[in-house]
Amino acid sequence: MILEANGISFGYKRGIKLLDNVQLTLESHERVGLVAPSGFGKTTLCQILSGYIKPASGQVLLDGKAIYTMKGYCPVQMIWQHPEKSVNPRLRLKDILAEGDEIEERVIAGLGIERDWFQRFPRELSGGELQRFCIARALGKRTKFLIADEISTMLDLITQSQIWTFLLEEVHARNIGLIVVTHSQTLMERIATRQVILAQPE
Amino acid sequence: MADKHILQIKNLSVAFTQYEQGLRQMELNVIQNLHVSVREGELVAVVGSSGSGKSLLAHAILGILPYNCQAEGNIWFEDELLSSERIAALRGRKIELVPQSVTYLDPLEKVGRQVRRERNQESVRKKQEALFDFYKLPLSTGELYPFELSGGMARRVLLTTAMMENPRLLIADEPTPGLHLEAAKKALRHFRTFADQGNGVLLITHDLELALEVADRIAVFYAGTTVEEAPVADFQSVDTLRHPYTKALWRALPQHGFHPFPGNQPYAKDMPQGCPFGPRCPQLTPECEGPIPEQTIRFGTVRCIHAE
Repeated sequence: MILEANGISFGYKRGIKLLDNVQLTLESHERVGLVAPSGFGKTTLCQILSGYIKPASGQVLLDGKAIYTMKGYCPVQMIWQHPEKSVNPRLRLKDILAEGDEIEERVIAGLGIERDWFQRFPRELSGGELQRFCIARALGKRTKFLIADEISTMLDLITQSQIWTFLLEEVHARNIGLIVVTHSQTLMERIATRQVILAQPE
Repeated sequence: MADKHILQIKNLSVAFTQYEQGLRQMELNVIQNLHVSVREGELVAVVGSSGSGKSLLAHAILGILPYNCQAEGNIWFEDELLSSERIAALRGRKIELVPQSVTYLDPLEKVGRQVRRERNQESVRKKQEALFDFYKLPLSTGELYPFELSGGMARRVLLTTAMMENPRLLIADEPTPGLHLEAAKKALRHFRTFADQGNGVLLITHDLELALEVADRIAVFYAGTTVEEAPVADFQSVDTLRHPYTKALWRALPQHGFHPFPGNQPYAKDMPQGCPFGPRCPQLTPECEGPIPEQTIRFGTVRCIHAE
């Protein structure tokens, strides 16, 4: 499959463009790193690509079909930087996992999620443990592209390598295309097959 | 550099009192027997994962723990054993906390006034202006409200606030989350300069890579205690490191193999007997369940009976 961003422009304030005519094409076998300093719109672009926000102009196409017109489960899934902000604090973790698309047992085991975490609420887990659930939730059956926005910044090195080692195997085995944002150059070199530099906003 | 200690912490333990079921109380030991020291001119990084209790360390030093939390142990500041009254007198003057983010500023007050702490004497103003100049903040920044600052400016304003009283020790709690590498290095360079002037910095962070860039010594924090304290140079090779957890951290670095060491850090409530790393350790022996004394090996300390 091919994920294509075509001439994406977006701004939060009137007259100020954060993203200006961004062009990006990604195939399923690729792992693309998105590089830019803070405030250049990396997260915004991630949100646009996964259908959370609609760009002012331009289109996101999945095999030529605009993702905003699709119904049902979005094949482009995003994993956010702050796991504690991307889960409903009033749901138990088993219900948070159920928000995903039929998460396989293999994924749960591969991420090192333990059974007795299922009955807990998000605030009873550490950031690293919670992030494992958020990753599992995004790896539903129909996920074709995965967008990882600084998903391991708050984790220690060992948890980071545990999570990424699993994720790289998983996207390879299922032929899922990956977009990765990270400030760590060494991590980027380890993960990305190709890097895209986001230009300075005006 | 002189061997004079600015900060010395011995046997610090922090415990929470929690209600388990109904009225049954439970003591939860979050930090046990922790030792850390900062000498003159040194920048010491305490590196640990999120949720390992390292922010509590900063709060314990400053005496601002929550009410259901007790700290035990000894803290010396410039060779003076601290009491809670003494800490209260020193914090904000000789010991300063540099918090994580702009949310620590009052959103309803112009930053210049906050940096001066509402004082308006000529000397205080002069000092503020000199510091703004030093950190390359335009003077007009003083007239802005916190929400008008960019992330980098906010960080420099927080640093200026800390520097107003000529502190001897800065405690920086996760000062660089979410900053890209260049900005983070820049922020840390300010701490480095401050230490080089003969002061001390205790940098609390989860980012080992970044800590390696600026620190003189690194204390590795695992499950509530420091398992190893080593000079930065020891991190160039895995063979000069002492503790198996530190070695696992080193091997997990993307440039050193990205090796995923299995297992999780234990919770404070189900801490194993003896060595906290025991259940995950490849060198585990029955003796590891006994007391683990701290040993000094090659200018560093380690808590592992198998270390060499």
